[in-house]
Amino acid sequence: MTSIGTGYDLSASTYSPDGRIFQVEYANKAVENSGTAIGLRVKDGVVLAVEKLVHSKLLIPEANRRIQAIDKHVAMATAGLLADGRQLANRARDESASYRDNFRAPAPLKYLADRLGSYMQVYTLYSSVRPFGISTIVGGIDENGPSLYVIEPSGVFYGYYGAAVGKGRQLAKTELEKLNLSELTTRQAAMEAARIIHLVHDKAEKHFELEMSWIGDETNGLHLPVPKDLFAEADAKARAALEEDLE
Amino acid sequence: MDHFPTNWGRPRNDAFDAYGTYPIAQRPYNGLKDAFAEGVQHTQQPIVTGTSVLAIKYKDGVMMAADNLASYGSLARFKDVQRLHPVGTNTVVGAGGDMSDFQYIQSLLDGLMIEEFTEQDGHSLGPAEIHEYLSQVMYGRRSQINPLWNALLVGGFKEGKRFLAYVDLLGTTYSASTLATGYGAYIAQPLLRKAVEGNEDKLTEEEAMQILEANLKVLYYRDARSLNKFQIAKITAAGVSITESKSMDTTWSFAEGIRGYGSQTQ
Amino acid sequence: MFRNTYDSDNTVFSPQGRLHQVEYALEAVKQGSAAVGLRSKTHSILLALKRSSGELASYQQKMFRIDDHVGIAIAGLTSDARVLSNFMRQQAMSSKMVFNRPIPVNRLVSSIADKAQVNTQEYGRRPYGVGFLVIGQDQSGPHLYEFSPSGSAYEYYAMSIGARSQSAKTYLEKYYESFDDCSLEELITHGLHALRETLQQDKALNVNNTSIGILGPASQHETSVPSGGGFRILEGEILQPFLDTMVPKETSAAPATTSSDDDVQMQE
Repeated sequence: MTSIGTGYDLSASTYSPDGRIFQVEYANKAVENSGTAIGLRVKDGVVLAVEKLVHSKLLIPEANRRIQAIDKHVAMATAGLLADGRQLANRARDESASYRDNFRAPAPLKYLADRLGSYMQVYTLYSSVRPFGISTIVGGIDENGPSLYVIEPSGVFYGYYGAAVGKGRQLAKTELEKLNLSELTTRQAAMEAARIIHLVHDKAEKHFELEMSWIGDETNGLHLPVPKDLFAEADAKARAALEEDLE
Repeated sequence: MDHFPTNWGRPRNDAFDAYGTYPIAQRPYNGLKDAFAEGVQHTQQPIVTGTSVLAIKYKDGVMMAADNLASYGSLARFKDVQRLHPVGTNTVVGAGGDMSDFQYIQSLLDGLMIEEFTEQDGHSLGPAEIHEYLSQVMYGRRSQINPLWNALLVGGFKEGKRFLAYVDLLGTTYSASTLATGYGAYIAQPLLRKAVEGNEDKLTEEEAMQILEANLKVLYYRDARSLNKFQIAKITAAGVSITESKSMDTTWSFAEGIRGYGSQTQ
Repeated sequence: MFRNTYDSDNTVFSPQGRLHQVEYALEAVKQGSAAVGLRSKTHSILLALKRSSGELASYQQKMFRIDDHVGIAIAGLTSDARVLSNFMRQQAMSSKMVFNRPIPVNRLVSSIADKAQVNTQEYGRRPYGVGFLVIGQDQSGPHLYEFSPSGSAYEYYAMSIGARSQSAKTYLEKYYESFDDCSLEELITHGLHALRETLQQDKALNVNNTSIGILGPASQHETSVPSGGGFRILEGEILQPFLDTMVPKETSAAPATTSSDDDVQMQE
């Protein structure tokens, strides 16, 4: 980036001469430094998985979650600044609750993605705030079935069958593209998600913990952590597959 | 000349301002005052109402009963209203009084339970917490002189403990092993006490069901705002279950013999 | 003497996606004297090193009681800590008022973390300059959390914050697997050993410069403990029996000071 230090990159309210907003690009850097998060939209639901980097062995396993429930039928996984992720999740819960108040119905995923995209976009307009340092995968089930969106720091959002954000997103995307996502069940998707997270983890990096949750027919449309036995099976298979690859 | 077109065609008060010299902000207003000019009026009576709710403790938990009627005055207006509302997996709230206020309370509780669900940290609100919350809401509203016009029973079972308590539009709370709201507080409560007190740990599910059905029947005979169509909820270690609507056989042949009421004065 | 162009404002990302103002706030935590927290199956405890500015001055308070089931130890700006601990007390009282339920500890910690996040994103504010160790007890047992100015909060088996806390951390990492089954007395001894690692070479822990916060059933050395083992802070002479349990340090042990992590006296 040749424009670094030219003064056009010190505020979200400043364009560079070639029309870029550097603060938003820098916010994306914060995302790229974070553990990978992926989402799979399949036949009967959505699976979210996160590579949770463990910065200390004194941390209690499973206690510090990075996938957050937004409503009964919606969840989000964030990559980037953890605290920003919590802030956005709180906003998402407010949006979802307000939709319920107004319409007595669960909020459609597209509506939530739209609202959150607009919310994040506002933080790219002013020098008095900074953009959110997170990319967010929002997944869930609404009246149109399973649905998955990614919202970026700029506020844009896209729908996906398979999405990946964070450090290992390139490799994860390649792996996701190999899958026939619209034919998979959530059970199969959980296996694939675990495999992909293990695969994209950089061995040179810190230790990591797999975190996985799902929403679908298996959970009666509720967002819940993947059950212990299935999680253990997926985790073990993923490790085994990795060993095989190495040989 | 009155220079204010909005005043044209309206009686002018010459004694007050013969030449229309008032500045616009203070010009005399001859039109209607708005709907709130007399001050804001809050709910001063219920409109569409439900009658009694009954609840008792028994061996395995708590059982609660209410009929399916929502009356509009003395008109039996809605006959398929569920007045027992499950809250999470450990609690049921039953309501008498204004049904639109009860629907509002249901949406409050549903929102609350979603907030609780999204925490996904293993903590959950049990019947005691729901009751405390409702009592704060009810008392808060009555303190704004804008009460939610209900009498509520909160029944539940959590961590091996039965819970049954009452809260009403004034924010008054109390707890007992048998509770009844509305007309049932006068007619059913003495009967429930006689049947239940001291037997809370002995009564089986069947017996509890019989007691409640017997009391509903008594109420159906005596309460002109009741209906022979009701539901019964039980809250046990297994969670909440609420029956489909059902009814009982009643006998009205004795009515022919009644004298001194209505047109039959002899 | 700016470190770079991107560090004077908390609303500016550096080209690497870092927030320097937040990182500097984390440095403020390291200026405060150390605090250590540990947890067993039955207890969670806090230990802290108090400073005084001189012979005639009292020692600066390091621990605060939030509720019967929650207590905190702080490192960094005491005035920021008072703002946040007041907020925590309000949250705890509100839970008691509305639900008649002691607030779940994780939610209490998250509430201040969310509050702190706002100060990392909006202009005209600074991030809080204080870190907390929070111990608490609820339906799911004893807990220990670390809160930091970045707006994050993590749950730990054991943790230390403040000046030279890395030395304490090294001690904790060596022994944490045994903490689960420790008695309260053993846990406190471990805590004191860890806290001792943060001292300057010529200093020692004594009844004046040490605070211990406890949640859980009473120790044999304690009197008049609230029923249910609610949060209490031990200070003064009552600490002596606990200090006596410390095993003298091997003299050969290398001092754990690094030049960048000096024990700076700070106006708090």
